[in-house]
Amino acid sequence: MIKFLFKGLVRDRSRSLFPVLTVMFGVMLTVWLYSWIKGAENMFIESSAKFSTGHVKIMSRAYAEDASQIPNDLALIGIEELLKNLKKDFQELIWAPRIRFAGLLDIPDEYGETMAQGPVAGLAVDLFSPGSPEKEIINLEKSIIRGRLPEKPGEILISDEFAQKLNLEPGETATLISSTMYGSMAVKNFTVAGTVRFGITAMDSGTIVADISDIQSALDMEDASGEILGFFKDFVYRNKKADEINAAFNLRYSDEEDEFSPVMDTLYNQNGLADILAMTGVFSGVIVGIFVVAMSIVLWNAGLMGNIRRYGEIGVRLAMGEDKGHIYRSIIAESLMIGCIGSFLGTTLGLAISYYLQVKGINIGSLMKDASFMFTEVMRAKVTPVSFVIGFFPGILATLLGASISGIGIYKRKTSQLIRELEA
Amino acid sequence: MENTYLIKTKDLVKTYRMGGGYLIALNQVNLEFKEGEFAGLVGPSGSGKTTFLNIVGSLDSPSEGSAVVMGREVESLSHKEAAELRNRYIGFIFQTFNLLPVYTVFENVEFPLLLLGLNAAERKKKVMNALEWVQLADRAKSRPAQLSGGECQRVAIARAVVKVPSIILADEPTANLDAENSHNILRTMERLNQELRTTFVFATHDEKVIRYLRRKITLVDGKVAKDEIIEQQDIKGDNR
Repeated sequence: MIKFLFKGLVRDRSRSLFPVLTVMFGVMLTVWLYSWIKGAENMFIESSAKFSTGHVKIMSRAYAEDASQIPNDLALIGIEELLKNLKKDFQELIWAPRIRFAGLLDIPDEYGETMAQGPVAGLAVDLFSPGSPEKEIINLEKSIIRGRLPEKPGEILISDEFAQKLNLEPGETATLISSTMYGSMAVKNFTVAGTVRFGITAMDSGTIVADISDIQSALDMEDASGEILGFFKDFVYRNKKADEINAAFNLRYSDEEDEFSPVMDTLYNQNGLADILAMTGVFSGVIVGIFVVAMSIVLWNAGLMGNIRRYGEIGVRLAMGEDKGHIYRSIIAESLMIGCIGSFLGTTLGLAISYYLQVKGINIGSLMKDASFMFTEVMRAKVTPVSFVIGFFPGILATLLGASISGIGIYKRKTSQLIRELEA
Repeated sequence: MENTYLIKTKDLVKTYRMGGGYLIALNQVNLEFKEGEFAGLVGPSGSGKTTFLNIVGSLDSPSEGSAVVMGREVESLSHKEAAELRNRYIGFIFQTFNLLPVYTVFENVEFPLLLLGLNAAERKKKVMNALEWVQLADRAKSRPAQLSGGECQRVAIARAVVKVPSIILADEPTANLDAENSHNILRTMERLNQELRTTFVFATHDEKVIRYLRRKITLVDGKVAKDEIIEQQDIKGDNR
């Protein structure tokens, strides 16, 4: 019987093509939007983790309270000992001390007079220690636009856009004017090794990247750093594991009475990320929900139209001795076939589009000119295992719902009207 | 079942609500049909012919009285039991053929057998037999749209007889056919009646059909006005 129904479906395009196309289109959009949201979520997590939060981050308790102000006077002290302990106690993570700072970047002319000047945000990372993962973490090599990576102390990288504003070329000198950890004025000359572009608006508008030893020296932060970031070795964030490490660290190292004692926080708990991710989860659910409802309505109508058009066929089948329940079940079976075929095609198409957007991405930089949060300019989709199945929920559910509702008409139809209808 | 009645109605009444009152479609109808009959209900439109077929075809139930078909009281059957009765014992032939357009001739005739749960080999054998009866074996793969009206009605007959039902109810089977096709169809039905001993009950006011009947029941205003046995006529005569 299933084969018989399938033949009918394939041959009667008005009964199969439109519903299959509807399901396919809806499922394709569901898969694509889901993958797109996942991609955005992933980019957001990745960008935040690489440049700001790590998978876990250690700060002093006092620094953590005003972390957005970058209060380097409250930085962690004795980090060499702390890093040694971290590497021993939490071997599943890679540890990276960082100093974020702000100041004024002064570009002198050949006489030492100010030629150009601008406010600058700085990121100090370990560039020179053997085995330091930082170059890979912030993708320095691929971000170089002009010049080269710093090779010795005293060299910095500057964001390309900022360099152009200041009319600065690789090899030229730039002076950082800032304040030390103890509040006094700090002035240090650097040589610009190259210019970079990270593709993150917040990092590309006016940033320098320097070696952490240079900045420790410039800002009087010997054996100190504002933050120590921890990354899972495979760079995949696992919230549960991060929570466990967080709890273990704080239990062992943190002291509520001592504002300079270290405290750890996870990626999800920083910058309201948990709320943002929860919101994207809700969005995903809403998208699937919208498609279930919208497609159900469309397919319900298509089912009604189809069943009205098939009144004759259904009438003959009833007259031949097929009972109403069997016909209703056969309509449901047909809808399942349509749902499966449409979902399969829609998922394939949705995955193809998502995969293309995962590789190519879409540049939304022009929309993010004033963005101050860590978000990459090139937005990409992310195909996850869920992307392969998520479309089947709205696809099959909507066809089943549509067919179930439209098929109820069969039960309400009086069998005695059959011959009269058939003769009409 | 031989010598027993396949259909027996007693004081059969069917009324329909219409506006503020009731329309009496059948009024105290007492009829009996035996195996192998070739009978017809004749009468003007609204005389109750189709209503009678509906009730004995277990598509409708009487308002009063009883209709016993193949030993079962139609009025006491559930939807499922009524469907079962139609499936096993009754074939329908309609005025407008009502073939399923997306299926081939073979598949249209095969459908009732699918409902009976027969296996593919059995189905194929029975379908080809039925198509040979109606001389359409060579059109098995055609679609209804590729057939003439007469051929479509022959397919409908094959579909009705393929499960070898005890009763075939035919409602105005020749109304959409020209004279030549009507005679061909009626001769086919007559032959099937004689070869398979299937009881045919027609609802018709077509003179061409009436000439083939061996029993003519005239209904007027829902009542049996006349029930007469007609001498069997010469099939080969072609003067009907």
